Amino acid sequence: MSSDRATAEPASAPPPQQESGEDEAYAKHKKVYPREVHGIFASLRTLGVAVLLGLFYGVAWLPWEGHQSVLLDLPARKFYIFGLTFWPQDFFYFAWLLIIAALALFYVTALAGRLWCGYACPQTVWTEIFLWIERKVEGSRNQQIKRDKSDITATKFRVKATKHFIWLAFSLFTGFTFVGYFTPIRELAVSFVNWDLGPWETFWIFFYGFATYGNAGWMREQVCIYMCPYARFQAAMFDKDTLVIAYDEERGEPRGSRKKASDPRQAGLGDCVDCTLCVQVCPTGIDIRDGLQYQCIGCAACIDVCDEVMDKMGYEKGLVRYSTEHAMAGIHTDIVRPRTIMYTILLAALTIGLIYAIGQRMPLELDILRDRNSLYRETSDGMVENVYTLKIVNMDEKAHRYSLGVSGLEGLELILSNPVIEASGGEVLSLPVSLRVDPIVLERTANEIEFTISADDNAELRRTETARFLGPAMAR
Amino acid sequence: MTVNDFSFTSNFWSWWIIVLTVGNILACWWLVRWTGKPKANEAAQGDVTGHTWDEGTLAEYNNPLPRWWLWLFYITMIFGAVYLFLYPGLGTYTGYLKWTHQGEYARDMEAADQKYGPLFAKYAGTPIPQLAADADALKIGQRLFVNYCASCHGSDAGGGPGFPSLSDGDWLYGGEADAIKLSILDGRAGVMPAWGPVLNEQGVDEVTAYVLSLGGRDADADKVAAGQTHYATYCAACHGADGTGNTALGAPNLTDNTWLYGGSPGVIRQTINDGRNGRMPAHRDFLGEDKSHLLATYIYSLSNK
Repeated sequence: MSSDRATAEPASAPPPQQESGEDEAYAKHKKVYPREVHGIFASLRTLGVAVLLGLFYGVAWLPWEGHQSVLLDLPARKFYIFGLTFWPQDFFYFAWLLIIAALALFYVTALAGRLWCGYACPQTVWTEIFLWIERKVEGSRNQQIKRDKSDITATKFRVKATKHFIWLAFSLFTGFTFVGYFTPIRELAVSFVNWDLGPWETFWIFFYGFATYGNAGWMREQVCIYMCPYARFQAAMFDKDTLVIAYDEERGEPRGSRKKASDPRQAGLGDCVDCTLCVQVCPTGIDIRDGLQYQCIGCAACIDVCDEVMDKMGYEKGLVRYSTEHAMAGIHTDIVRPRTIMYTILLAALTIGLIYAIGQRMPLELDILRDRNSLYRETSDGMVENVYTLKIVNMDEKAHRYSLGVSGLEGLELILSNPVIEASGGEVLSLPVSLRVDPIVLERTANEIEFTISADDNAELRRTETARFLGPAMAR
Repeated sequence: MTVNDFSFTSNFWSWWIIVLTVGNILACWWLVRWTGKPKANEAAQGDVTGHTWDEGTLAEYNNPLPRWWLWLFYITMIFGAVYLFLYPGLGTYTGYLKWTHQGEYARDMEAADQKYGPLFAKYAGTPIPQLAADADALKIGQRLFVNYCASCHGSDAGGGPGFPSLSDGDWLYGGEADAIKLSILDGRAGVMPAWGPVLNEQGVDEVTAYVLSLGGRDADADKVAAGQTHYATYCAACHGADGTGNTALGAPNLTDNTWLYGGSPGVIRQTINDGRNGRMPAHRDFLGEDKSHLLATYIYSLSNK
């Protein structure tokens, strides 16, 4: 499906970039050679690349209070994120965070279009780095096209081999860094140098290395066009007030080349000099002058290059610019509209809720498992006993000693084989306990009772859970 | 059990699966080839198909997919064929690699034994009474107990009807460390014969009265006297002349207040009349010496603090 919201006449759609075969519904992919571009948006994107990749490659090496700042320790089922330690039980927060992230993406998309795609998406960010390496090794767009058309020579082979070697080395480093968020990266570096990595570490380093090399080196814009689901459904977040990259057709058309000194109005021409630079810089190989297309990732490279040309021609900048459908049609653009109000409220509520919930999070869990092999047990002196296994999860970093209490029945007695309940930092303590009561107080066969556990050194660390006590209903 | 055991009736289902699987892969191949060719009255490549949405502003084009997309289809089919050659998947064909779940399980268990075995072996040399002071050993023992023993003996080892308490200091087979370990390793068979056919109804009543009197409970004096004679003949050999039992045979003490199957007169009568068959399974092959040693240590610690 090719969507084209900007123009009503489908005939003005882009011609397919692939040359169609005679008898196949498939076509050989044609490589896109994006021309190097300079300008305000190119600088912003470079900044985005530097910050995001800097974080990715850097954060793993930061220590934090005795552990790696961000470490997802899967074998130990503990997830360290700076000062916080999460457990699998906290997966809820992660789902919450993902919902916030998705909503934020929709919000930004409704307001400002595909900012994510153009500046922050890993696919874009890594492709930028790979393009930069390619340009450093192979030269400009024209040199690259010329070399690819030429026959293989020793020089061509050397240049290509150099590029792929650098790409692969960088990819491998990316894979290594990725795995470094799951295995402590300093230990991983030592194993990597000594080449005694575990089988899974080896697999994932090469898997992510290969994925980086394939996606950023070879697949590039095809990931956005054929694979990315977001690229397909972002149209649903768009409306006529959404910021998009648009070509001012009224001002530009009819396009045509002209002498710099000549007056275009006299020649019956618009401002577009038809230099095709906007097509040459496009990383997805489209022509922005055909209107808004789903292939457009909103990188603004065409804006930068067109502004440069307009400057040279002495025309006003902004023939291609960030605008909205309404603005292009001369109608006022509403930033505040039901869609954005809804997103703002939802996003604010969810974010505040998450911060509050994490702040209130108690690093202590209590699970109660009632023995299922017998309903109850009668002691030789006529008391009724129920047996439970308590799972006490100390999610704190330090050890605690706990007191256990039980309530809900008169004279309910707690029997522990060891009265000292102590769990070291991060321990899951499994504690069998028996409860004993005189059956004369039982009004029902199933009675609700409550276990309360509290840390001796911190009264705020306490959990109460309900359980059932079974027995003969003697008081009924 | 081999795969062929499932096809004892006929080879029909095996061939059914083979024909379906191979047929489906071939059909996929044909489908990919067929859909790859342009059809008559189809929009030309790059043209609009005629499908539009959103008041005609959203149009569908007949754009070609990249060629590598087609390769993915073929690679998937080739992968399927190679997989079905190497692994069992086609009816009763066992696969070139002869892979089985049982084999995989055995390999996993062996790997786990190699990895975790030393953790348990570390404690095997320490005598149980000494090891019972080691908090780490007790923690491991407790976890093993919850896994393998608690379903019958209870999480607190307090037992239940028919399953003895392991925490009350009363032992059928003796509470020495070695006796406990032996119970775990080789299991126990606690057999009480049914005396109903021998004693008749009246005799069972009389023995019941005598057993109640052994525990100090009230019972008809005549019956107790008659029961004592029967007891000396039939019961004393195992439970002892004074009724205090015999740990060498697993015969319980009848003079205390601990009853494995229940201590009410009716239940005691039932036990005498019908007999009992207690069975503790052997764990030597299943858990091995080292884990049993830790389990015995934990159980020993419950009544030896």
